[in-house]
Amino acid sequence: MLSHEFIRNAYLAGTFVALACGVVGWFVVLRGQVFAGDALSHVAFVGAIAAAVVGIDERVGLFALTLGFAAVMAGLGRRAQADDVTIGVVFSWVLGIGVLLIALLSTSASGSNGLILANTLFGSIFGLSAGQSVVAAAIGFGVVLASLAIARPLLFASVDAEIATLHGVPVRALGLGLLLLIGAVTAEGAQAIGALLVLGLIAAPGGAALKLTSRPYLGMGLSAAIALVAMWGGIALSYAIPSLPPSTAIIGLAVASYLIASLLPRVPTIAL
Amino acid sequence: MAIGMAEPTLTWNLARDVEELLRYRFMVHAFEAGTIVAVMAAIVGWYMVLRRQSFAGHTIAVMSFPGTAGAALAGLPSAVGYYLACGIAALAIGRARHAGTTAGRAGVGRSGESAAIGVVQVAGLALGFLFLSLYSGVLEQLESLLFGTFLGIDSAQVLTLLIVAIVVLAALAVVGRPLLLVSLDTEVARARGVPVRALDVGFLLLLGLAVAATTQITGALLVFALLVAPPAAAQVLTARPGRSLALSVALALLITWLALSISYFSPYPLGFFLTTLAIGVYVLAQLVGCASARAARERRPSATVARPPSTPSPLPFA
Repeated sequence: MLSHEFIRNAYLAGTFVALACGVVGWFVVLRGQVFAGDALSHVAFVGAIAAAVVGIDERVGLFALTLGFAAVMAGLGRRAQADDVTIGVVFSWVLGIGVLLIALLSTSASGSNGLILANTLFGSIFGLSAGQSVVAAAIGFGVVLASLAIARPLLFASVDAEIATLHGVPVRALGLGLLLLIGAVTAEGAQAIGALLVLGLIAAPGGAALKLTSRPYLGMGLSAAIALVAMWGGIALSYAIPSLPPSTAIIGLAVASYLIASLLPRVPTIAL
Repeated sequence: MAIGMAEPTLTWNLARDVEELLRYRFMVHAFEAGTIVAVMAAIVGWYMVLRRQSFAGHTIAVMSFPGTAGAALAGLPSAVGYYLACGIAALAIGRARHAGTTAGRAGVGRSGESAAIGVVQVAGLALGFLFLSLYSGVLEQLESLLFGTFLGIDSAQVLTLLIVAIVVLAALAVVGRPLLLVSLDTEVARARGVPVRALDVGFLLLLGLAVAATTQITGALLVFALLVAPPAAAQVLTARPGRSLALSVALALLITWLALSISYFSPYPLGFFLTTLAIGVYVLAQLVGCASARAARERRPSATVARPPSTPSPLPFA
């Protein structure tokens, strides 16, 4: 299986995308910000379409729009956590702009927008080139390092914002930092497993890890491990069964891990 | 615009424009369907916004995608697929909500619930993608499925929408008052013997039905244009439930009718106009709400003195 170049690229990019999703996802679930992650992942789709309309590299559009939207959401909410109504109204408008861009794309470009649409929405991890997967791996690695660097103060700020503020922890800046990291992860993941499905690698491993252990660093590690197993297993499964799309296989395994964790006996959680 | 049709032009004569708008059968159907959907979405969405269940609403909405793709694969009518998928998603979320809230402290439920809803959503979408790739013919419809269309709505669909709307609104008329109490204060409602859990799941099912119907106009990804923006705007503008509900319906109708009219005269898609009008209404309401709150503070300085200084009125964006 590993003799194919596209499989090696998929494993290289997938490994680091999964690790980044797992670590960031643990915080997302802990803080109850899955909806914000969901909105960011849908916005990533509009970024990709916008890049196609303008004719620049897809990744520029992905990162510009998700990071920008993350900053806007942080600006609109208290403690850098926008409420769900604001998130909902703003992101549906961004998607509305996306529809306009699709219309522009279909009148201007060479008519292959159905393919662009499907690829951005559901990803094409087997379509990554060697260069793309190296960049994706590097960014994923950077996100993991950045999350670990702010993990301790962010944990404090998430568990008790008032006391953290009293201790001089920059709660707002950390909230913005996490949203930016979620933005980077969704832009990353959107290329691999698609704008509609990247949420699965954020919410399911994090949710499963928080059900299994109350120890923070163990939880983060477990979340990253679950995401990694889902990614590796999903790629292998999809290779073995050609009619199974890789994105579906990866998300299927992530969802299964969440279900198994739900069925196991509960541990006392540290969730907020 | 559809092929083979004279390019519609906008004039300053309003009566002529309306006549032009309703010249074609498909446009009449679009207005009928849009009106039904707007009224239902505004009322159900009002409760959804009050109960802070936007994420659940969004998740149920995207289930119409696996529903339609699955129905196409199985050879069933797509309406069966999406009503079924939205219903299943509503039950799954209701179950996850309950599992979350029994875990102890209220906060545990909230964080656990958001993860569970996210997992339900991606599980549905991943299945939808599988169905789509197994049945390769549906790809043409993908765009209108996700972002809505007003073309090709027939009278049978309008009739189905009408029946769904009557069922949903009748059910809400029956449970509306206790549901309002549960949404505002769960503990008091439980103490008074209101069946909290049954109402919780019941509302999710109604939400599922309403959302499945709304997706036919707005598409799976843009339901919030009618489901969140009008109710949220109405709730900022007035605190009285009856007036707020009426305002929500009026705003939703305004958004729908204007968006349908503009997109008839324009080459660009309906979804763009719907969401742009929706965010416009929402932002305007926020500005008006801010201004009137400030005016009220200035008019009654004694009231602010009488109030303890530690409870400032919450800002709408906060």
